[in-house]
Parts: sequence; C-alpha cells; structure tokens
Amino acid sequence: MTISAKALWLHFGILALLFALNFVLPEYHRGIFSRVMVLAVFAMGYNLAYGYTGLLSLGHAMFFAAGLYGAGLTIYHLDWSVWPALLAGLTAGAILAVAASFLALRTAGVAFMIVTLMFAQVFYLATLYFTTYTRGEEGLVLPQSARVLSLPGIELNLTDPGTRYMVALALFATVLFSLLFLVRSSFGRTLVAIRESEERMRMLGYDVFTNKLSSMTISALICAAAGAAYAILFGYAGSSFASIQYSILPLLWVLLGGAATTLGPVVGTFFMFYAVDIASGYTSAYMLVVGLALILLVLYFPRGIAGTARERWLPWLP
Amino acid sequence: MAFGPYLLLATLEGLVMAAVLALMALGLSLVFGVMRIVNVAHGEFYMLGAVLAWWFASLIGGHPALGFLLALAASPLTVAAVAFLSERLVLRRLNYEPETTIVATIGLLYIIQQLALTFYGPEARPVQPPFDVRLSLPWFGYSSYKLAVVGASIFLMLATWFLLAHTKAGLVMRATQSDRETAQAFGIPVDRVYAGVFALGAGLAALAAVLVVPIRQAHYLMGQDPLLLSFIVVIIGGLGSLRGTVIAALLIGLSDGIISMFFSPTLAKMLATLLVALVLVFRPQGLFGTVTQ
Repeated sequence: MTISAKALWLHFGILALLFALNFVLPEYHRGIFSRVMVLAVFAMGYNLAYGYTGLLSLGHAMFFAAGLYGAGLTIYHLDWSVWPALLAGLTAGAILAVAASFLALRTAGVAFMIVTLMFAQVFYLATLYFTTYTRGEEGLVLPQSARVLSLPGIELNLTDPGTRYMVALALFATVLFSLLFLVRSSFGRTLVAIRESEERMRMLGYDVFTNKLSSMTISALICAAAGAAYAILFGYAGSSFASIQYSILPLLWVLLGGAATTLGPVVGTFFMFYAVDIASGYTSAYMLVVGLALILLVLYFPRGIAGTARERWLPWLP
Repeated sequence: MAFGPYLLLATLEGLVMAAVLALMALGLSLVFGVMRIVNVAHGEFYMLGAVLAWWFASLIGGHPALGFLLALAASPLTVAAVAFLSERLVLRRLNYEPETTIVATIGLLYIIQQLALTFYGPEARPVQPPFDVRLSLPWFGYSSYKLAVVGASIFLMLATWFLLAHTKAGLVMRATQSDRETAQAFGIPVDRVYAGVFALGAGLAALAAVLVVPIRQAHYLMGQDPLLLSFIVVIIGGLGSLRGTVIAALLIGLSDGIISMFFSPTLAKMLATLLVALVLVFRPQGLFGTVTQ
C-alpha cells in the first residue's frame, strides 16, 4: 500500500512549520518545543507497539531510560563523545528490548501488562541500587563540554537552544518519516492484522511471535533513541525517568492523540504538555488534570484527537 | 545481637507485613477474579484508608483507642463508598473492558493521590495505637499491637472465607465469577454484584491501611509499594485462590522481612519482582491457580 499524496504533504507541512517556528518562537516556548519533540519520539515509538500491534506495555519507561542511561553513563563516567554515547544508548535499549520482549511476549493481555510493568520496575530499582554510578533520584548532570555533536566539517554545540531545537527536529523528522513508511509497508499491515486477530493470522501461516518481537524491538529502539537524545540534549539522566510514571505518560499521550495514527502521538504529546503547563499556571494540582484527562478520554474520546479526525473527516490519514 | 534474635525479629516483622499484604491482596484478588479487571487504584484506596484513619482519629480526644475504633469503622466504609461511586460513574460505563479499565483506574490513582496531597499535605502523620503493651520476648520487647494486627488479619481472612463459602452473597459472587452470562440468565443482578465487589475490595484495602497506620504512619505516596507487592501476591497465589493468596502473602512478607534485614531492601525488592515476573511468564495461572482461559 502506498502513502497518499495528501498524507505526505501533511507530514511535510508539519515539519516545515516546526522548522519555521525555531525562528519565531519566544525562548521559553522554543525550549518546550525541543523537549516535546524528543518526548513525541518516545510516544511515537510506544505507538508502534501499542497502537499498531495492540501490545499494551506498561514498561516502556525501561527502554527510554535504557537509552538515557546508556548515553548518560558513558558520557559521564567514560568521557565518550556524543555519537558513541548515542550508539551505547541504542544498544542498551535493543538488548533489553529483545530480552524482555522475548520473555514477556509468552504472555498476553493483562499478564503482558503486568510482566512489562514488573520488568520496568526491576530496572527502576536497579537505577536506585547502583546509586554509586547513577546517583539515583538526584541524577547525573552531564558536563557542557561533552555535549558537542561532530558532523563532517562542523561542530554543533548542543547547549545552544537554536541548535538543540534543530537536532531535536532532525530526530523527530527521521522517526516520523520512518514510521510513516513502516506502518504502510507490508510489515506494518501485518502488525495491524495481528492486533485485530492473532488467531486468524496464525492460521494464515504468519509467524505471530516473531512479528510481535520485531515490533517491540523497533518500538523500544525508537524509545531508547528518544531517551539517549534527551540525555544528550538536556544534559541530565535521573532515575525518575525509569519510574512507572514514564511508562504511563506515553500511553496517555498516544491515547489522547489517537492510537494507530502517525501524527496522534505528536498531537497528544504537545496537547498534554501545554495542558499541564497552562493548568499548573493556575493550580499546583496538575496530577488531577492528568487523572481527569485519562478518565474523560476513555469515557468520551476513546479514539483520541487524530483518531477522531480520521474517523470523521480525513479517512486518508495514515 | 546474635543471629537468633535478628532472625526472630525479622520473622515477626515479616509476619506483620504478610498480614497486611494478605488483606490488601485479598481485595485485589476479589476484584480481579469476579470482575476480571486490574484495579491499579487499589494502592490509592489503601492510602486513602490510612489518611482518613488519621483524620477520623484526630476528631476525637480522650483515650487513643476511641479514635482508633472510630477510624476502624468509618474509614473503610468511606473508602468503600468512594469505590462504589467510581465504579458506577466510570468502570460500568466502560463495560469492564480490561484494557480501558486499566487506563481509567490509572486516572483514578492520579486523582486520589492529588486530592490527598492537596487536602492532607505531604507530611507523614501517625495514629496512636489503641493499646501499647510491650511483650517481653527472650531477647527484646515487642509491640503487642503488631501481634494484634496479625490476629485481626487472620480473623478478617476467615470472615471473608465464610462470606464467600457459606453465605448467599458469597454464592452470588462465586456464580458471577465463574460465568457472568449464565449468572445473569439466572436473575443475578451482575451489575450490582460488581459494584458491591469493587467496594468490598477497596474496603479491605482501607481496613489493612487502618491497621497499619499506628505502625507506619499515613503518607500520600504510601500506596505504591504495597500495590506492587499485592499484585505479586495475587499472581503468585493464583487468581481467585484464597489459600494461594494467604500462602503467597506469607511467602512474600516473610522473605521480604528476612532478606531486607540481612541484605539491602532495594536488592530484596528487585529480586522478588524479577522472580514474580518470571513466574508469570512461565506459569501465568500462578502457583495455586487453575487454568481459566
């Protein structure tokens, strides 16, 4: 199946808009946008497993944190530069993803949620246990000097807000377009079919387990990339990023934006971030906002923003 | 101290923990078993029970036992009412679909936690135990209240078992658990049974919390650890198996007490969590459960 021209234009348009915003946004919002773009990558990765494959994992914080610590620890303790640190983060995410998914995918449904949640909890406790290296809740603050990205012929200083925005956008664009093509490929269609009826796919001769394992691994790799980018761009790695809360947040963003849509996680992340940001201007009770949002969502808006848009007005939305 | 006293102390502390865990896990297991939903907000019902216990106890002056008794009666009832209300307003409308109810109970978790933080505050506050005689054991004195908690828990477990096995309400619950549709066809108001079970489960968690407050104080974040542990108990024990729940609670409580006394508590938690995840991977029905699906 190919991607419609309309869909391609929409995705390009969004990237162009984000590119242009770097030059007009005030400093505060430019900072938020950089952060949200990285977190949206996290949500997009989660969406591949949850939205497209129907694997409701409650343990994706582990993959995000694997990337975060893979990059953060190597920079902090071994003085690695950005590229190898990024690679370390991705490797850590991939190894954990294959190992955890291989075990967790033996279960399904509620058991799968609980097993993934527990694996992530073990990882979180491990970050606390090895406080000597990770400094636990307090976290590692990466030295400014390490945060320089070397490209052929040019050195990018990632502590500069404008550069940081562009690097975040580059990662965002890469993941968005990779996923756009991936979910429209035959592999992506296979995942959706598995989500709809695993039994039938098995009867048709598909290797359901391997497909799910691949989906989880790619999903985890994207989340690890987001984690590694977060550590490098914002210079901080702490154990709160491995806590249950960071498994729940991507689920919330994806649900809000619309599961199984390419743009849903992006819309959801931006929407939630600004909802909390604006709400915390009026009240310190932002958890109440998150809680109410979750309940109202599943009650009245089960398809999310982009999901509803696709259902009502834009059937071509991928 | 020598090894013996340490072991005795660790065992006693483990028993107290097992008693509380068993009560909490029993509530979770009932909801899980009858309604087939995972109540992630169970830990918050526990926390709410503790916070309300402090509030009720602080209303009354005089002997500490008076305040405690009021808390013991009023706090679980209030929590059960809150649970009943949230079941009617939210879970029922979701048709008890497993995945959406998880999301909804996560929402409930956040709401209860925030309300507790806003109205109760971030401090940990104690409730006076109703009595505080120190029992003299060979090596050290031990709080009689803690042993009373174990006794109360055993009594409540027996009461629940009696309710399930020998009363009409228990029969209705078991019928609903084993086959929702047939139960409905026989005129059992499944809807009301669900609301009742959800309230009962939350009430048991709150009861466990009231018993714990004199030992561990009330705090707005206290629900998270026991939630995970009671998940573990329910899973290891096997869904819907009362015997399994008790044995698993003993296993987890005692091993946690003993391992944390001799090793790092974080390491103990890590190993226990990993072990349980693996049990679930290789034996999804738990140690004492029967295959249901």
